Amino acid sequence: MQEISSRRYVVQRIGFGVLVLAALLVVLPILLVVGAIILKGIGAINWEFLTTMPRDGMKAGGIFPAIVGTLLLTLGAALAAIPFGVGGAIYLSEYARDTWLTRAIRLAIVNLAGIPSVVYGLFGLGLFVLFLRFGTSILAGSLTLAIMTLPIIISTSEEALRAVPMEFRTVSASLGGTRWQGIRNIVLPQALPGIITGVILGLLRAGGETAPILFTVAAFFLPRLPQSPFDQTMALPYHLYVISTQVPGMPLQVQYGTALALLALVLSLNVVATVIRSYFRRRRQW
Amino acid sequence: MSKTTPTCWTEFAVEALVRVAGFSAIGFVLLIFLFLLREGVPAFFEIAPGNLFGTRWYPTFDLFGTLPLILGSALITVTAIVIALPLGVATAVFVREVAPGWAREILKPMIEVLAGIPSVVLGFFGMTLIAPLVRQVFGAPTGLTAFTGALILAYMALPTLISVAEDALDAVPRSYRDAALAMGATSWQTIWRVVAPAARSGIVTAVMLGMGRAIGETMAVMMVTGNAARMPVSLDSLFRPVRTMTATIAAEMGEVAAGSTHYHALFGIGIILFVLTFVINLTAASALFQKRRRGGLR
Repeated sequence: MQEISSRRYVVQRIGFGVLVLAALLVVLPILLVVGAIILKGIGAINWEFLTTMPRDGMKAGGIFPAIVGTLLLTLGAALAAIPFGVGGAIYLSEYARDTWLTRAIRLAIVNLAGIPSVVYGLFGLGLFVLFLRFGTSILAGSLTLAIMTLPIIISTSEEALRAVPMEFRTVSASLGGTRWQGIRNIVLPQALPGIITGVILGLLRAGGETAPILFTVAAFFLPRLPQSPFDQTMALPYHLYVISTQVPGMPLQVQYGTALALLALVLSLNVVATVIRSYFRRRRQW
Repeated sequence: MSKTTPTCWTEFAVEALVRVAGFSAIGFVLLIFLFLLREGVPAFFEIAPGNLFGTRWYPTFDLFGTLPLILGSALITVTAIVIALPLGVATAVFVREVAPGWAREILKPMIEVLAGIPSVVLGFFGMTLIAPLVRQVFGAPTGLTAFTGALILAYMALPTLISVAEDALDAVPRSYRDAALAMGATSWQTIWRVVAPAARSGIVTAVMLGMGRAIGETMAVMMVTGNAARMPVSLDSLFRPVRTMTATIAAEMGEVAAGSTHYHALFGIGIILFVLTFVINLTAASALFQKRRRGGLR
Protein backbone atom coordinates (compact mmCIF):
# COMPACT_ATOMS: atom_id res chain seq x y z
CA MET A 1 0.00 0.00 0.00
CA GLN A 2 2.72 2.37 1.07
CA GLU A 3 4.77 1.47 -1.99
CA ILE A 4 1.92 2.02 -4.46
CA SER A 5 1.03 5.39 -3.07
CA SER A 6 4.63 6.56 -3.01
CA ARG A 7 4.99 5.53 -6.65
CA ARG A 8 1.98 7.67 -7.47
CA TYR A 9 3.70 10.63 -5.91
CA VAL A 10 6.89 9.94 -7.84
CA VAL A 11 4.82 10.01 -11.03
CA GLN A 12 3.24 13.24 -9.88
CA ARG A 13 6.61 14.79 -9.24
CA ILE A 14 7.85 13.78 -12.69
CA GLY A 15 4.63 15.08 -14.26
CA PHE A 16 4.90 18.45 -12.55
CA GLY A 17 8.57 18.58 -13.51
CA VAL A 18 7.63 18.16 -17.18
CA LEU A 19 5.08 20.97 -16.87
CA VAL A 20 7.65 23.30 -15.30
CA LEU A 21 10.12 22.41 -18.04
CA ALA A 22 7.54 23.25 -20.72
CA ALA A 23 6.75 26.58 -19.08
CA LEU A 24 10.47 27.38 -18.94
CA LEU A 25 10.86 26.43 -22.62
CA VAL A 26 8.10 28.93 -23.40
CA VAL A 27 9.39 31.75 -21.23
CA LEU A 28 13.18 31.57 -21.64
CA PRO A 29 13.20 32.20 -25.42
CA ILE A 30 10.98 35.25 -24.84
CA LEU A 31 13.53 36.60 -22.37
CA LEU A 32 16.28 35.71 -24.83
CA VAL A 33 14.65 37.61 -27.73
CA VAL A 34 13.86 40.72 -25.71
CA GLY A 35 17.18 40.60 -23.85
CA ALA A 36 19.32 40.10 -26.97
CA ILE A 37 17.63 42.93 -28.84
CA ILE A 38 17.94 45.30 -25.89
CA LEU A 39 21.60 44.42 -25.24
CA LYS A 40 22.71 44.62 -28.86
CA GLY A 41 20.51 47.54 -29.81
CA ILE A 42 20.96 49.88 -26.87
CA GLY A 43 24.37 51.00 -28.15
CA ALA A 44 22.81 52.40 -31.32
CA ILE A 45 20.09 54.34 -29.56
CA ASN A 46 20.85 58.00 -28.98
CA TRP A 47 19.14 61.30 -29.64
CA GLU A 48 20.60 61.59 -33.13
CA PHE A 49 19.46 58.08 -34.09
CA LEU A 50 15.88 58.82 -33.07
CA THR A 51 15.55 62.33 -34.48
CA THR A 52 17.51 62.62 -37.72
CA MET A 53 17.07 61.46 -41.30
CA PRO A 54 19.01 58.42 -42.56
CA ARG A 55 22.31 59.16 -44.35
CA ASP A 56 24.77 57.20 -46.55
CA GLY A 57 22.16 54.85 -48.04
CA MET A 58 20.54 54.44 -44.62
CA LYS A 59 23.78 53.03 -43.15
CA ALA A 60 24.20 56.04 -40.90
CA GLY A 61 22.08 58.81 -39.44
CA GLY A 62 18.74 58.18 -37.82
CA ILE A 63 15.37 56.55 -38.27
CA PHE A 64 13.26 59.65 -37.64
CA PRO A 65 11.07 59.39 -40.78
CA ALA A 66 10.30 55.74 -40.03
CA ILE A 67 9.19 56.58 -36.49
CA VAL A 68 7.04 59.48 -37.71
CA GLY A 69 5.55 57.26 -40.42
CA THR A 70 4.60 54.53 -37.98
CA LEU A 71 3.01 57.08 -35.61
CA LEU A 72 1.04 58.63 -38.50
CA LEU A 73 -0.16 55.25 -39.76
CA THR A 74 -1.18 54.14 -36.28
CA LEU A 75 -3.00 57.41 -35.65
CA GLY A 76 -4.80 57.17 -39.00
CA ALA A 77 -5.80 53.57 -38.28
CA ALA A 78 -7.12 54.63 -34.86
CA LEU A 79 -9.22 57.46 -36.30
CA ALA A 80 -10.83 55.09 -38.79
CA ALA A 81 -11.20 52.02 -36.57
CA ILE A 82 -12.44 53.49 -33.28
CA PRO A 83 -15.91 54.65 -34.43
CA PHE A 84 -16.62 51.32 -36.16
CA GLY A 85 -15.03 49.24 -33.41
CA VAL A 86 -16.65 50.89 -30.40
CA GLY A 87 -19.96 51.36 -32.24
CA GLY A 88 -20.00 47.69 -33.22
CA ALA A 89 -19.20 46.69 -29.65
CA ILE A 90 -22.06 48.84 -28.30
CA TYR A 91 -24.41 47.25 -30.79
CA LEU A 92 -23.36 43.69 -29.90
CA SER A 93 -23.41 44.25 -26.15
CA GLU A 94 -26.38 46.61 -25.68
CA TYR A 95 -28.73 46.26 -28.64
CA ALA A 96 -28.30 42.99 -30.51
CA ARG A 97 -30.52 40.05 -29.69
CA ASP A 98 -29.29 36.51 -30.16
CA THR A 99 -30.46 36.01 -33.73
CA TRP A 100 -28.70 34.29 -36.60
CA LEU A 101 -27.68 37.72 -37.91
CA THR A 102 -25.92 38.54 -34.65
CA ARG A 103 -24.17 35.18 -34.81
CA ALA A 104 -23.17 36.01 -38.38
CA ILE A 105 -21.56 39.25 -37.11
CA ARG A 106 -19.64 37.28 -34.47
CA LEU A 107 -18.43 34.78 -37.07
CA ALA A 108 -17.40 37.66 -39.32
CA ILE A 109 -15.37 39.16 -36.47
CA VAL A 110 -13.61 35.86 -35.77
CA ASN A 111 -12.82 35.54 -39.46
CA LEU A 112 -11.58 39.11 -39.79
CA ALA A 113 -9.23 38.36 -36.90
CA GLY A 114 -7.98 35.24 -38.70
CA ILE A 115 -7.36 36.67 -42.16
CA PRO A 116 -3.59 36.63 -42.86
CA SER A 117 -1.96 40.04 -42.69
CA VAL A 118 -0.59 39.74 -46.21
CA VAL A 119 -4.13 39.14 -47.52
CA TYR A 120 -5.11 42.46 -45.89
CA GLY A 121 -2.25 43.91 -47.88
CA LEU A 122 -3.66 42.47 -51.11
CA PHE A 123 -7.11 43.79 -50.24
CA GLY A 124 -5.76 47.26 -49.47
CA LEU A 125 -3.90 47.23 -52.77
CA GLY A 126 -7.00 46.13 -54.69
CA LEU A 127 -9.53 48.44 -53.02
CA PHE A 128 -7.76 51.55 -51.72
CA VAL A 129 -4.66 51.86 -53.89
CA LEU A 130 -6.04 50.80 -57.27
CA PHE A 131 -9.87 50.83 -57.24
CA LEU A 132 -10.36 54.02 -55.20
CA ARG A 133 -7.16 55.52 -56.67
CA PHE A 134 -5.66 56.61 -53.36
CA GLY A 135 -2.30 55.44 -54.70
CA THR A 136 0.32 54.05 -52.33
CA SER A 137 -0.42 56.52 -49.56
CA ILE A 138 -0.79 57.00 -45.83
CA LEU A 139 -4.55 57.03 -46.39
CA ALA A 140 -4.57 53.60 -48.09
CA GLY A 141 -2.20 52.12 -45.49
CA SER A 142 -4.10 53.50 -42.50
CA LEU A 143 -7.45 52.24 -43.78
CA THR A 144 -5.99 48.79 -44.43
CA LEU A 145 -4.55 48.69 -40.91
CA ALA A 146 -7.85 50.00 -39.51
CA ILE A 147 -9.85 47.09 -40.92
CA MET A 148 -7.23 44.70 -39.56
CA THR A 149 -7.51 46.19 -36.04
CA LEU A 150 -11.31 46.27 -36.10
CA PRO A 151 -11.91 42.74 -34.73
CA ILE A 152 -9.52 43.32 -31.79
CA ILE A 153 -11.21 46.61 -30.86
CA ILE A 154 -14.72 45.18 -31.21
CA SER A 155 -14.12 42.09 -29.13
CA THR A 156 -12.17 43.74 -26.30
CA SER A 157 -14.64 46.67 -26.12
CA GLU A 158 -17.60 44.31 -26.09
CA GLU A 159 -16.02 42.39 -23.24
CA ALA A 160 -15.54 45.65 -21.31
CA LEU A 161 -19.15 46.69 -21.89
CA ARG A 162 -20.51 43.30 -20.89
CA ALA A 163 -18.52 43.39 -17.65
CA VAL A 164 -20.60 46.37 -16.46
CA PRO A 165 -23.28 44.84 -14.19
CA MET A 166 -26.84 44.70 -15.50
CA GLU A 167 -28.09 46.60 -12.40
CA PHE A 168 -26.42 49.80 -13.67
CA ARG A 169 -28.65 49.71 -16.76
CA THR A 170 -31.75 48.77 -14.76
CA VAL A 171 -31.26 51.62 -12.31
CA SER A 172 -30.69 54.11 -15.12
CA ALA A 173 -33.90 52.95 -16.80
CA SER A 174 -35.83 53.05 -13.52
CA LEU A 175 -34.85 56.72 -13.13
CA GLY A 176 -36.46 57.42 -16.49
CA GLY A 177 -33.34 57.34 -18.65
CA THR A 178 -33.63 56.09 -22.18
CA ARG A 179 -31.46 53.25 -23.39
CA TRP A 180 -28.92 55.56 -25.04
CA GLN A 181 -28.83 57.89 -22.01
CA GLY A 182 -28.06 54.86 -19.85
CA ILE A 183 -25.30 53.77 -22.20
CA ARG A 184 -23.78 57.23 -22.60
CA ASN A 185 -23.91 58.33 -18.97
CA ILE A 186 -23.53 55.06 -17.08
CA VAL A 187 -22.29 52.09 -19.09
CA LEU A 188 -19.71 53.76 -21.36
CA PRO A 189 -17.89 55.68 -18.59
CA GLN A 190 -17.68 52.46 -16.54
CA ALA A 191 -16.37 50.48 -19.51
CA LEU A 192 -14.01 53.18 -20.77
CA PRO A 193 -10.77 51.85 -19.22
CA GLY A 194 -11.45 48.46 -20.78
CA ILE A 195 -12.23 50.03 -24.12
CA ILE A 196 -9.06 52.14 -24.03
CA THR A 197 -7.05 49.01 -23.24
CA GLY A 198 -8.63 47.27 -26.22
CA VAL A 199 -7.93 50.18 -28.55
CA ILE A 200 -4.28 50.30 -27.43
CA LEU A 201 -3.91 46.54 -27.96
CA GLY A 202 -5.35 46.93 -31.44
CA LEU A 203 -3.10 49.85 -32.31
CA LEU A 204 -0.04 48.05 -31.02
CA ARG A 205 -0.81 45.30 -33.46
CA ALA A 206 -1.30 47.81 -36.28
CA GLY A 207 1.92 49.68 -35.51
CA GLY A 208 4.04 46.54 -35.63
CA GLU A 209 2.62 45.05 -38.82
CA THR A 210 4.62 44.98 -42.00
CA ALA A 211 2.74 42.84 -44.52
CA PRO A 212 -0.39 45.04 -44.81
CA ILE A 213 1.68 48.15 -45.56
CA LEU A 214 4.09 46.51 -48.01
CA PHE A 215 2.03 47.38 -51.09
CA THR A 216 -0.22 50.09 -49.69
CA VAL A 217 2.07 52.77 -48.27
CA ALA A 218 5.61 51.78 -47.36
CA ALA A 219 8.53 53.52 -49.00
CA PHE A 220 12.06 52.15 -49.11
CA PHE A 221 13.60 55.56 -48.55
CA LEU A 222 12.23 59.09 -48.68
CA PRO A 223 14.39 62.19 -48.36
CA ARG A 224 11.66 64.16 -46.58
CA LEU A 225 8.74 63.64 -44.26
CA PRO A 226 5.28 63.01 -45.76
CA GLN A 227 3.34 66.20 -46.42
CA SER A 228 -0.21 64.92 -46.97
CA PRO A 229 -2.34 61.79 -46.46
CA PHE A 230 -1.72 60.97 -50.11
CA ASP A 231 2.05 60.72 -49.66
CA GLN A 232 4.00 57.54 -49.14
CA THR A 233 5.88 57.17 -45.92
CA MET A 234 8.61 55.09 -44.36
CA ALA A 235 7.57 52.94 -41.39
CA LEU A 236 9.56 51.28 -38.61
CA PRO A 237 8.62 47.62 -39.24
CA TYR A 238 9.13 47.94 -42.98
CA HIS A 239 12.39 49.81 -42.41
CA LEU A 240 13.66 46.95 -40.24
CA TYR A 241 12.69 44.44 -42.92
CA VAL A 242 14.43 46.45 -45.62
CA ILE A 243 17.68 47.12 -43.80
CA SER A 244 18.00 43.54 -42.58
CA THR A 245 17.27 41.83 -45.91
CA GLN A 246 17.61 44.22 -48.86
CA VAL A 247 20.60 46.41 -48.09
CA PRO A 248 23.95 44.62 -48.24
CA GLY A 249 26.63 45.74 -45.81
CA MET A 250 24.22 47.24 -43.35
CA PRO A 251 25.91 47.73 -39.96
CA LEU A 252 24.43 45.18 -37.56
CA GLN A 253 24.16 47.77 -34.81
CA VAL A 254 21.82 49.95 -36.87
CA GLN A 255 19.64 46.89 -37.50
CA TYR A 256 19.50 46.02 -33.82
CA GLY A 257 18.87 49.66 -32.93
CA THR A 258 15.89 49.79 -35.30
CA ALA A 259 14.57 46.49 -33.93
CA LEU A 260 14.90 47.88 -30.39
CA ALA A 261 13.11 51.12 -31.29
CA LEU A 262 10.19 49.14 -32.73
CA LEU A 263 10.13 46.69 -29.83
CA ALA A 264 10.26 49.52 -27.28
CA LEU A 265 7.39 51.34 -28.98
CA VAL A 266 5.20 48.25 -29.03
CA LEU A 267 6.08 46.98 -25.56
CA SER A 268 5.64 50.38 -23.93
CA LEU A 269 2.12 50.56 -25.40
CA ASN A 270 1.61 47.05 -24.04
CA VAL A 271 2.68 48.18 -20.57
CA VAL A 272 0.41 51.23 -20.74
CA ALA A 273 -2.54 48.99 -21.60
CA THR A 274 -1.75 46.59 -18.75
CA VAL A 275 -1.35 49.44 -16.25
CA ILE A 276 -4.65 51.06 -17.24
CA ARG A 277 -6.41 47.73 -16.96
CA SER A 278 -5.07 46.76 -13.55
CA TYR A 279 -5.39 50.31 -12.12
CA PHE A 280 -9.06 50.59 -12.95
CA ARG A 281 -9.79 46.99 -12.05
CA ARG A 282 -8.51 47.67 -8.53
CA ARG A 283 -10.40 50.96 -8.24
CA ARG A 284 -13.80 49.91 -9.45
CA GLN A 285 -16.44 49.11 -6.88
CA TRP A 286 -18.29 46.24 -8.54
CA MET B 1 -44.77 64.92 -25.69
CA SER B 2 -42.91 67.56 -27.62
CA LYS B 3 -40.05 67.03 -25.22
CA THR B 4 -39.70 63.33 -25.87
CA THR B 5 -39.62 63.57 -29.64
CA PRO B 6 -35.98 64.73 -29.95
CA THR B 7 -34.93 62.00 -27.50
CA CYS B 8 -36.78 59.47 -29.61
CA TRP B 9 -34.91 60.67 -32.66
CA THR B 10 -31.56 60.42 -30.89
CA GLU B 11 -32.43 56.92 -29.72
CA PHE B 12 -33.37 55.93 -33.24
CA ALA B 13 -30.30 57.52 -34.81
CA VAL B 14 -27.88 56.00 -32.30
CA GLU B 15 -29.32 52.54 -32.68
CA ALA B 16 -29.11 52.84 -36.45
CA LEU B 17 -25.49 54.01 -36.27
CA VAL B 18 -24.23 51.30 -33.95
CA ARG B 19 -26.16 48.74 -35.97
CA VAL B 20 -24.32 49.86 -39.08
CA ALA B 21 -21.02 49.63 -37.19
CA GLY B 22 -21.89 46.11 -36.05
CA PHE B 23 -22.85 44.92 -39.50
CA SER B 24 -19.77 46.55 -41.00
CA ALA B 25 -17.82 43.49 -39.81
CA ILE B 26 -19.82 41.30 -42.18
CA GLY B 27 -19.46 43.97 -44.85
CA PHE B 28 -15.68 44.01 -44.57
CA VAL B 29 -15.34 40.22 -44.80
CA LEU B 30 -17.50 40.26 -47.94
CA LEU B 31 -15.61 43.23 -49.36
CA ILE B 32 -12.26 41.53 -48.82
CA PHE B 33 -13.46 38.34 -50.47
CA LEU B 34 -15.00 40.31 -53.34
CA PHE B 35 -11.78 42.17 -54.10
CA LEU B 36 -9.68 39.01 -53.86
CA LEU B 37 -12.05 37.37 -56.34
CA ARG B 38 -12.08 40.41 -58.61
CA GLU B 39 -8.31 40.47 -58.93
CA GLY B 40 -7.59 36.77 -58.48
CA VAL B 41 -10.20 34.83 -60.45
CA PRO B 42 -8.73 35.83 -63.85
CA ALA B 43 -5.69 33.74 -62.87
CA PHE B 44 -7.79 30.59 -63.05
CA PHE B 45 -8.71 31.46 -66.66
CA GLU B 46 -5.35 32.76 -67.81
CA ILE B 47 -3.31 29.87 -66.45
CA ALA B 48 -4.00 26.29 -67.51
CA PRO B 49 -5.00 24.06 -64.57
CA GLY B 50 -2.05 21.75 -65.22
CA ASN B 51 0.32 24.72 -64.90
CA LEU B 52 -1.49 26.28 -61.92
CA PHE B 53 -1.33 23.13 -59.82
CA GLY B 54 2.01 22.05 -61.22
CA THR B 55 5.25 21.68 -59.32
CA ARG B 56 7.20 24.62 -60.69
CA TRP B 57 6.79 28.28 -59.70
CA TYR B 58 8.87 30.38 -62.09
CA PRO B 59 6.72 33.39 -62.98
CA THR B 60 9.39 34.76 -65.34
CA PHE B 61 8.89 31.68 -67.53
CA ASP B 62 5.09 31.73 -67.11
CA LEU B 63 5.26 28.74 -64.79
CA PHE B 64 2.76 29.28 -61.99
CA GLY B 65 2.75 25.94 -60.18
CA THR B 66 1.38 26.65 -56.72
CA LEU B 67 1.94 23.15 -55.37
CA PRO B 68 5.42 23.78 -53.87
CA LEU B 69 4.09 26.91 -52.15
CA ILE B 70 1.06 25.12 -50.72
CA LEU B 71 3.20 22.21 -49.54
CA GLY B 72 5.78 24.66 -48.15
CA SER B 73 3.10 26.38 -46.07
CA ALA B 74 1.74 23.00 -44.97
CA LEU B 75 5.19 21.69 -44.01
CA ILE B 76 6.13 24.56 -41.72
CA THR B 77 2.62 24.95 -40.29
CA VAL B 78 2.40 21.28 -39.31
CA THR B 79 5.94 21.27 -37.91
CA ALA B 80 5.20 24.45 -35.95
CA ILE B 81 2.09 22.89 -34.42
CA VAL B 82 3.97 19.69 -33.57
CA ILE B 83 6.43 21.86 -31.60
CA ALA B 84 3.86 24.25 -30.13
CA LEU B 85 1.13 21.79 -29.13
CA PRO B 86 2.91 19.96 -26.27
CA LEU B 87 4.61 23.17 -25.09
CA GLY B 88 1.40 25.18 -25.19
CA VAL B 89 -0.89 22.62 -23.57
CA ALA B 90 1.65 21.83 -20.85
CA THR B 91 2.10 25.54 -20.13
CA ALA B 92 -1.66 26.07 -20.01
CA VAL B 93 -2.04 23.14 -17.59
CA PHE B 94 0.82 24.51 -15.51
CA VAL B 95 -0.68 28.01 -15.36
CA ARG B 96 -4.23 26.85 -14.61
CA GLU B 97 -3.75 23.81 -12.41
CA VAL B 98 -0.33 23.72 -10.81
CA ALA B 99 1.51 27.03 -10.74
CA PRO B 100 1.63 29.02 -7.51
CA GLY B 101 0.29 32.57 -7.72
CA TRP B 102 3.64 34.27 -8.18
CA ALA B 103 4.59 32.03 -11.11
CA ARG B 104 1.29 32.82 -12.79
CA GLU B 105 1.90 36.55 -12.26
CA ILE B 106 5.19 36.20 -14.14
CA LEU B 107 4.04 33.81 -16.88
CA LYS B 108 0.89 35.60 -18.01
CA PRO B 109 2.50 38.98 -18.78
CA MET B 110 5.46 37.24 -20.43
CA ILE B 111 3.13 35.44 -22.81
CA GLU B 112 1.40 38.76 -23.53
CA VAL B 113 4.79 40.24 -24.36
CA LEU B 114 5.40 37.38 -26.80
CA ALA B 115 2.02 38.05 -28.43
CA GLY B 116 3.00 41.71 -28.79
CA ILE B 117 6.40 41.29 -30.44
CA PRO B 118 6.01 42.34 -34.09
CA SER B 119 6.57 39.49 -36.52
CA VAL B 120 9.30 41.41 -38.34
CA VAL B 121 11.28 41.64 -35.08
CA LEU B 122 10.97 37.89 -34.55
CA GLY B 123 12.02 37.38 -38.16
CA PHE B 124 15.04 39.60 -37.64
CA PHE B 125 15.95 37.71 -34.47
CA GLY B 126 15.53 34.39 -36.30
CA MET B 127 17.73 35.55 -39.17
CA THR B 128 20.57 36.91 -37.09
CA LEU B 129 20.67 34.49 -34.13
CA ILE B 130 18.61 31.33 -34.73
CA ALA B 131 19.57 30.61 -38.34
CA PRO B 132 23.36 30.41 -37.66
CA LEU B 133 22.57 28.13 -34.72
CA VAL B 134 20.43 25.82 -36.89
CA ARG B 135 23.20 25.68 -39.48
CA GLN B 136 25.78 24.64 -36.90
CA VAL B 137 23.62 22.17 -34.97
CA PHE B 138 22.17 20.34 -37.98
CA GLY B 139 25.10 20.84 -40.34
CA ALA B 140 22.82 22.26 -43.02
CA PRO B 141 24.37 24.33 -45.85
CA THR B 142 22.24 27.28 -44.77
CA GLY B 143 20.41 28.17 -41.58
CA LEU B 144 17.46 29.60 -43.49
CA THR B 145 15.38 26.42 -43.51
CA ALA B 146 11.81 25.22 -43.10
CA PHE B 147 12.73 24.11 -39.59
CA THR B 148 13.93 27.60 -38.60
CA GLY B 149 10.64 29.01 -39.86
CA ALA B 150 8.62 26.38 -38.02
CA LEU B 151 10.48 27.10 -34.79
CA ILE B 152 9.72 30.84 -34.98
CA LEU B 153 6.13 30.10 -36.04
CA ALA B 154 5.65 27.75 -33.11
CA TYR B 155 6.42 30.57 -30.71
CA MET B 156 4.15 32.94 -32.63
CA ALA B 157 1.28 30.44 -32.35
CA LEU B 158 1.91 29.82 -28.64
CA PRO B 159 0.04 32.83 -27.14
CA THR B 160 -3.16 31.93 -29.03
CA LEU B 161 -2.76 28.25 -28.26
CA ILE B 162 -2.10 28.80 -24.56
CA SER B 163 -4.96 31.24 -24.00
CA VAL B 164 -7.58 29.07 -25.75
CA ALA B 165 -6.30 25.94 -23.98
CA GLU B 166 -6.51 27.81 -20.66
CA ASP B 167 -10.13 28.70 -21.36
CA ALA B 168 -10.82 25.04 -22.14
CA LEU B 169 -9.29 23.93 -18.82
CA ASP B 170 -11.20 26.67 -17.05
CA ALA B 171 -14.47 25.36 -18.44
CA VAL B 172 -14.00 21.92 -16.84
CA PRO B 173 -16.43 21.92 -13.90
CA ARG B 174 -14.91 22.09 -10.45
CA SER B 175 -16.99 19.07 -9.39
CA TYR B 176 -14.95 16.82 -11.74
CA ARG B 177 -11.76 17.73 -9.90
CA ASP B 178 -13.38 17.42 -6.49
CA ALA B 179 -14.79 13.99 -7.35
CA ALA B 180 -11.41 12.70 -8.57
CA LEU B 181 -9.56 14.04 -5.54
CA ALA B 182 -12.22 12.68 -3.19
CA MET B 183 -11.70 9.21 -4.62
CA GLY B 184 -8.04 9.42 -3.64
CA ALA B 185 -6.45 10.44 -6.93
CA THR B 186 -3.30 12.56 -6.74
CA SER B 187 -3.39 16.05 -8.28
CA TRP B 188 -1.41 14.70 -11.21
CA GLN B 189 -3.82 11.79 -11.75
CA THR B 190 -6.70 14.27 -11.63
CA ILE B 191 -5.06 16.45 -14.27
CA TRP B 192 -3.95 13.59 -16.50
CA ARG B 193 -7.00 11.33 -16.31
CA VAL B 194 -9.88 13.74 -15.66
CA VAL B 195 -9.24 17.39 -16.42
CA ALA B 196 -7.19 17.03 -19.63
CA PRO B 197 -9.60 14.54 -21.28
CA ALA B 198 -12.56 16.75 -20.35
CA ALA B 199 -10.87 19.73 -21.95
CA ARG B 200 -9.92 17.80 -25.10
CA SER B 201 -12.38 19.42 -27.51
CA GLY B 202 -11.29 22.88 -26.36
CA ILE B 203 -7.68 21.94 -26.92
CA VAL B 204 -8.50 20.85 -30.47
CA THR B 205 -10.00 24.33 -31.00
CA ALA B 206 -6.80 25.87 -29.62
CA VAL B 207 -4.74 23.88 -32.11
CA MET B 208 -6.93 24.99 -35.00
CA LEU B 209 -6.71 28.67 -34.08
CA GLY B 210 -2.94 28.34 -33.65
CA MET B 211 -2.77 26.72 -37.07
CA GLY B 212 -4.81 29.51 -38.64
CA ARG B 213 -2.34 31.97 -37.18
CA ALA B 214 0.63 29.98 -38.45
CA ILE B 215 -0.57 29.55 -42.05
CA GLY B 216 -1.11 33.28 -42.42
CA GLU B 217 2.13 34.45 -40.86
CA THR B 218 4.19 36.36 -43.39
CA MET B 219 7.18 38.49 -42.43
CA ALA B 220 8.95 36.22 -39.97
CA VAL B 221 8.51 33.26 -42.29
CA MET B 222 9.73 35.18 -45.31
CA MET B 223 12.86 36.30 -43.47
CA VAL B 224 13.96 32.91 -42.11
CA THR B 225 12.88 30.18 -44.55
CA GLY B 226 15.19 30.97 -47.46
CA ASN B 227 12.33 31.22 -49.98
CA ALA B 228 13.34 28.56 -52.50
CA ALA B 229 10.23 27.41 -54.37
CA ARG B 230 11.14 23.74 -54.28
CA MET B 231 8.87 20.78 -53.71
CA PRO B 232 9.35 19.71 -50.08
CA VAL B 233 9.01 15.99 -50.76
CA SER B 234 12.11 14.30 -49.37
CA LEU B 235 12.66 13.69 -45.68
CA ASP B 236 15.43 16.23 -45.29
CA SER B 237 13.39 19.06 -46.82
CA LEU B 238 12.74 20.26 -43.28
CA PHE B 239 16.37 21.37 -43.22
CA ARG B 240 16.33 22.96 -46.64
CA PRO B 241 15.01 26.34 -47.73
CA VAL B 242 11.30 26.37 -48.46
CA ARG B 243 8.82 28.95 -49.70
CA THR B 244 5.34 29.60 -48.40
CA MET B 245 2.25 31.12 -50.03
CA THR B 246 2.38 34.21 -47.81
CA ALA B 247 6.08 34.87 -48.47
CA THR B 248 5.53 34.53 -52.22
CA ILE B 249 2.84 37.22 -52.21
CA ALA B 250 4.86 39.54 -49.97
CA ALA B 251 8.08 39.13 -51.93
CA GLU B 252 6.70 39.38 -55.46
CA MET B 253 3.69 41.71 -55.33
CA GLY B 254 5.89 44.79 -55.16
CA GLU B 255 7.46 44.03 -58.54
CA VAL B 256 4.54 42.96 -60.73
CA ALA B 257 2.47 45.16 -63.02
CA ALA B 258 -1.17 45.51 -61.96
CA GLY B 259 -3.34 43.40 -64.26
CA SER B 260 -0.60 41.02 -65.45
CA THR B 261 -0.97 37.25 -65.19
CA HIS B 262 1.60 37.18 -62.39
CA TYR B 263 -0.44 39.81 -60.50
CA HIS B 264 -3.62 37.75 -60.90
CA ALA B 265 -1.76 34.61 -59.81
CA LEU B 266 -0.61 36.28 -56.57
CA PHE B 267 -4.20 37.32 -55.83
CA GLY B 268 -5.18 33.73 -56.65
CA ILE B 269 -2.85 32.56 -53.87
CA GLY B 270 -4.54 35.18 -51.70
CA ILE B 271 -7.90 33.50 -52.42
CA ILE B 272 -6.47 30.11 -51.38
CA LEU B 273 -5.16 31.63 -48.13
CA PHE B 274 -8.44 33.42 -47.43
CA VAL B 275 -10.52 30.28 -47.97
CA LEU B 276 -8.14 28.13 -45.88
CA THR B 277 -8.12 30.47 -42.87
CA PHE B 278 -11.86 31.10 -43.29
CA VAL B 279 -12.64 27.38 -43.02
CA ILE B 280 -10.24 26.86 -40.11
CA ASN B 281 -11.58 29.83 -38.13
CA LEU B 282 -15.21 29.04 -38.90
CA THR B 283 -14.78 25.50 -37.60
CA ALA B 284 -12.92 26.65 -34.50
CA ALA B 285 -15.41 29.46 -33.84
CA SER B 286 -18.49 27.29 -34.17
CA ALA B 287 -16.92 24.87 -31.68
CA LEU B 288 -16.33 27.78 -29.29
CA PHE B 289 -19.86 29.16 -29.67
CA GLN B 290 -21.43 25.76 -29.17
CA LYS B 291 -19.53 25.29 -25.93
CA ARG B 292 -20.63 28.71 -24.70
CA ARG B 293 -24.28 27.81 -25.26
CA ARG B 294 -23.96 24.61 -23.30
CA GLY B 295 -22.37 26.44 -20.41
CA GLY B 296 -19.02 24.69 -20.62
CA LEU B 297 -20.37 21.23 -19.87
CA ARG B 298 -19.67 18.40 -22.23
